[in-house]
Amino acid sequence: MTFLNSLISGLSLGSVYAIIALGYTMVYGISKMLNFAHGDVIMVGGYVSFCLTMYVGMNGWIALLIAMVVCTLLGIIIERLAYRPLRGTGSLAVLITAIGVSYFLQNAALLIWGANPRVFTSLFNGMDTMHAAGGQLTITPESLFTIIANIVIMIVLTLFVSRTKAGKAMRAVSEDNGAAQLMGINVNQSISLTFAIGSGLAAVAGVLMCSAYPVLMPTTGAMPGIKAFTAAVFGGIGSIPGAMIGGLILGIIEIFSRAYISTELSDAIVFACLIIVLLVKPTGLLGKKVSEKV
Amino acid sequence: MADKLFKAIGVRNLKGAVKGSEYRKEALISYGILIIGYILLQGGAAAGLIGHNLQGQFVPICVYVSLAISLNLVVGISGELSLGHAGFMAVGAFTGIVVTRVLEGSIAFAPLRLILALIVSAIMASIAGFIIGIPILGLRGDYLAIVTLAFGEIVRNFMNVLYFGLDEKGHLMFAFNHTIDGIDNSQRIITGAIGATGVTKTATFTGAALLTALTLFIVLNLKNSMQGRAIMSIRDNRIAGESIGLNVKKYKLMAFVISAALAGMAGCMFGQNYSTLAPVKFNFNTSVLILVFVVLGGIGNIWGGMIAAALLTVLPEALRQFSDYRMLTYAVVLIVVMICTYNPTIKSRVTAFIDRIKPKKKDKGKAGKKAGKEVA
Repeated sequence: MTFLNSLISGLSLGSVYAIIALGYTMVYGISKMLNFAHGDVIMVGGYVSFCLTMYVGMNGWIALLIAMVVCTLLGIIIERLAYRPLRGTGSLAVLITAIGVSYFLQNAALLIWGANPRVFTSLFNGMDTMHAAGGQLTITPESLFTIIANIVIMIVLTLFVSRTKAGKAMRAVSEDNGAAQLMGINVNQSISLTFAIGSGLAAVAGVLMCSAYPVLMPTTGAMPGIKAFTAAVFGGIGSIPGAMIGGLILGIIEIFSRAYISTELSDAIVFACLIIVLLVKPTGLLGKKVSEKV
Repeated sequence: MADKLFKAIGVRNLKGAVKGSEYRKEALISYGILIIGYILLQGGAAAGLIGHNLQGQFVPICVYVSLAISLNLVVGISGELSLGHAGFMAVGAFTGIVVTRVLEGSIAFAPLRLILALIVSAIMASIAGFIIGIPILGLRGDYLAIVTLAFGEIVRNFMNVLYFGLDEKGHLMFAFNHTIDGIDNSQRIITGAIGATGVTKTATFTGAALLTALTLFIVLNLKNSMQGRAIMSIRDNRIAGESIGLNVKKYKLMAFVISAALAGMAGCMFGQNYSTLAPVKFNFNTSVLILVFVVLGGIGNIWGGMIAAALLTVLPEALRQFSDYRMLTYAVVLIVVMICTYNPTIKSRVTAFIDRIKPKKKDKGKAGKKAGKEVA
């Protein structure tokens, strides 16, 4: 039963990673940049939702919606102010700027909300934990809803990217920026849209994560951000199903190594698995292999 | 045609390469900065012009300058993004702490202990660099960056479960994932996540400055050697390098391992500067900080990285008057500087402005430099 319990919490943690990883992977796909500030957008989402429920007394679900709107705007603003001026100047300059934005968000949060950890009230407060198999198997509403949310988001996003006009435009821009522009696609708008979707999802991930692990600090988003980024690379960065598979596998590995090997070493094991996967498949599980032209 | 070929094999400016004038200029500026900086700081401290807080930063400044130089070897000269430099620093720091502690009974002369510790740290860090360097060679670009990031996190995690201590006879004891039983608290060297405690400091400003000089010497000479040119040519065009018979893997690994060894030595010096040191110090943020030095100083520009490292190490101290806002200011400064230096429109305007106020010099050198920057 420990096995099944671990599997469920692994899937739940993995779903959070998958939702965050979507933001990384979509942004990487369309603008070839590693957006290190993404992890901190999660934290902002968590804090906005926390403040609305705590101080305004709002319903958790409405607070989640508002947090999504705030993060979406934040994502668009960050892209417009910090990343767009550096588009096309090589990934390293943008990477450092992204790190600067990450510092900025963390320290702004520190100033606004202080360094003390806040206890986040779960979005599913009041719902009962489910028991099965004679009470040995426990399913918390947090894990159940996180897994469901992940599946719904994946289906909607896949449909959006493959069926809608805006989704097709996004794919075209990520395939070939210049050619897409020649075909009359508004590249700036497509990139802004990608950042908007990624950041909105980050807010969802933030609220779900804080519901399951209810400690909120200015650095809350940093480590999940790095791990979700690892998940995106694991599954093949730039690929939406890859982010989902990578996130789920990573979450399961992490929870299982915590349960069966060592709590302290769980992160090391996760990262070691990443290195091994990249050794066998240098572009991740579902990544496209790009051949080089001379 | 010939020009293109030379560019492809890394000789940017044929005349410069033969005469070595570019190299001489770079070496002159780099060593000059180091010597002048050393004299200014040492003199300022002796004259009482420099406060106690800043004096405590002398060794870290040297360490971060060394780290910026060694990371520049990977990022600037070899052209690979590394996000795990703090991992090598950690290996060096903890190796150095264990070595100096073990030798404390037998060697009374502290500088000798420090030198031996530096050598062992360099060896350990280069082994780590070799182990992580081999899988890296098959990867490109951002995938390589993520593996170095993973490596840094793995090292930090392992440090969290490492335990070292001395038993009654002074023999080194080692344990993994659990505390060592039956050891007196004072005989513990490294205690898991708490890290090293009770370190006898052996680092001095002069020693750290000498280490920086050594790092500079190794990197500058490598850059100007046949191997260095091979490494740079692979950076500029891997396929062209391969086609003229360069062993890409060998040269990439060479740059990576040397950089790791130098980072290990810097880490060792860093560890010897504090009486306690926790593994948390060597997290992802530290790796990023070193990368920021390199990028702000101009990728591949050794002395630029040195200045950036020194300034940014002092900056948080200098911004102390802004107290709560200092890290926020730091972030804003970082973003604004990055946009101003790399944004094409702003860059061209600044260049045009400088050209207008500057009397015209030799055109050739400038053209060569510009070409170099574009490639980098």
